[in-house]
Amino acid sequence: MTATFKKSVTITSVDKLSIDIYSMWIQDKEIVSAAKPGQFLSLYCKSGDRLLPRPISICEIDKKNHALRLVYRIAGKGTEEISHYTVSDRIEVMGPLGNGFTLEGKKAILVGGGIGIPPMLELAKQLSCEKTVVLGYRDVTFLDSEFIPYGQVYISTEDGSVGTKGNVIDAIKENKLEADIIFACGPTPMLRGVKAYANEHGIKAQLSMEERMACGIGACLACVCKSKDTDHHSNVKNKRICKDGPVFYADEIEI
Amino acid sequence: MNTKVNIAGVEWKNPITTASGTFGSGMEYSEFVDLSKLGAVTTKGVAAIPWAGNPTPRIAETSSGMLNAIGLQNPGVDVFLDRDLPFLKQFDTNIIVNVVGKTTEDYCKVVECLADSDVDMLEINISCPNVKEGGIAFGQSCTSVEAITKEIKKYAKQPIIMKLSPNVTDITEMARAAEAGGADALSLINTITGMKIDVHKRAFVLANKTGGLSGPAVKPVAVRMVYQVANAVNIPIIGMGGIMTGEDALEFLMAGATAVAVGTANFINPMATMDILKGIEDYMMKYRMEDIHELIGCVK
Repeated sequence: MTATFKKSVTITSVDKLSIDIYSMWIQDKEIVSAAKPGQFLSLYCKSGDRLLPRPISICEIDKKNHALRLVYRIAGKGTEEISHYTVSDRIEVMGPLGNGFTLEGKKAILVGGGIGIPPMLELAKQLSCEKTVVLGYRDVTFLDSEFIPYGQVYISTEDGSVGTKGNVIDAIKENKLEADIIFACGPTPMLRGVKAYANEHGIKAQLSMEERMACGIGACLACVCKSKDTDHHSNVKNKRICKDGPVFYADEIEI
Repeated sequence: MNTKVNIAGVEWKNPITTASGTFGSGMEYSEFVDLSKLGAVTTKGVAAIPWAGNPTPRIAETSSGMLNAIGLQNPGVDVFLDRDLPFLKQFDTNIIVNVVGKTTEDYCKVVECLADSDVDMLEINISCPNVKEGGIAFGQSCTSVEAITKEIKKYAKQPIIMKLSPNVTDITEMARAAEAGGADALSLINTITGMKIDVHKRAFVLANKTGGLSGPAVKPVAVRMVYQVANAVNIPIIGMGGIMTGEDALEFLMAGATAVAVGTANFINPMATMDILKGIEDYMMKYRMEDIHELIGCVK
């Protein structure tokens, strides 16, 4: 079991990457030492009326400088509040939470959709095999240039303004990308598409899921997804995204 | 300083337990809290067979509170007895099992399965607002509250705590009905039925449409109901509803609760139960109180 810490940490850098997309580096030796790609942190708001922590995926881990990067979208009042924090402010966090990606495969496609793109960056850094990156956006791109050092980057946009017009699967097909494994994080319809594609081509896929969470540690059973088989913990066909995930093999879950 | 309390013949080392559904069977929280430091652990609802619960989204945040519609997902009493109970027995605390069912027979079956186990008390959930059958359906009329209490008492070997719903016209009537049916203690309040609409999507936030409101938003309602019930019955009360701090817990004790349960606060701070216990002890120290009983029901 990986260690989980709940503590106040210092924000060392804040950037706006795009409309409603923010990047923030925090510093903490313990959390950073334990962090793996695909895990997430719970961020707490200072405003007392917003009780629940916001689960945000880890975008980059800098072990040398004990720093960790979070890239998030303003999705409501909580993330809006966090977007106003500045360098040297403190923020209460808990983590790292969940299980990250399993580093495996010989030839991988890393697929990120929208705010599911950030966790793919640390994965791209740590995954040593041959890899290509496919990033899907509605229109305006972000973080895409940061993937360039780690592999060929393909982009899809819904409006066709950059890269392939359509979705990530369209981009994979258009560019005839091949792999023995796909790693993906993004909206459920995208993950459903990736699962179907992987299934069709007889390759493995690791999918990182998202759902509204409360506790973040597997107790409240808010963030469940349907599993193919009866789960060992729930004794029903439900897995806890926060505790058993957020990364699952595509054939473990029903989406 | 004495923080021991006695609920229906069961001694607790302090008046803190966990609100059902917010603490699983303690396993996840044992990484953060020494469960032996709790007066009791109250488990998530346990049914006769596994329940899958409701579709997601199951929760929504609201101002100073949250809505949940988990739908009593649980692995069933057999897994509880095989896995969760042995886990909990490692700790020096009382074990309270929250019992759920769709029919009276369902409840009685769970109670019967637990009768000869190492469980200290049973909390009967007749107040869950998020299931189509059972739960709250038993908790909204005096006749059914008294009837199910009586029936369960026939099978129970442990003291029975009836968990009451705030979604009633007069909670004191339900409390009296439970007492008349033979309840050994009461716990209140369960969540208040609520709803949240996403105006941008023009849709309900919860898949279940409605959910149970908990957290600080419900605390004044809960304190008022504990006070009313404490003045209406002669059995002990476990008070709950939005307790986040020691001072919040003290409000419930002063209103007449013998013990308190910490719920939503666990989601925000896994160490909440310990912080709240310390808050009570600090208060007693500050006001030089020897015994927690000086506080229970002290506001008349």
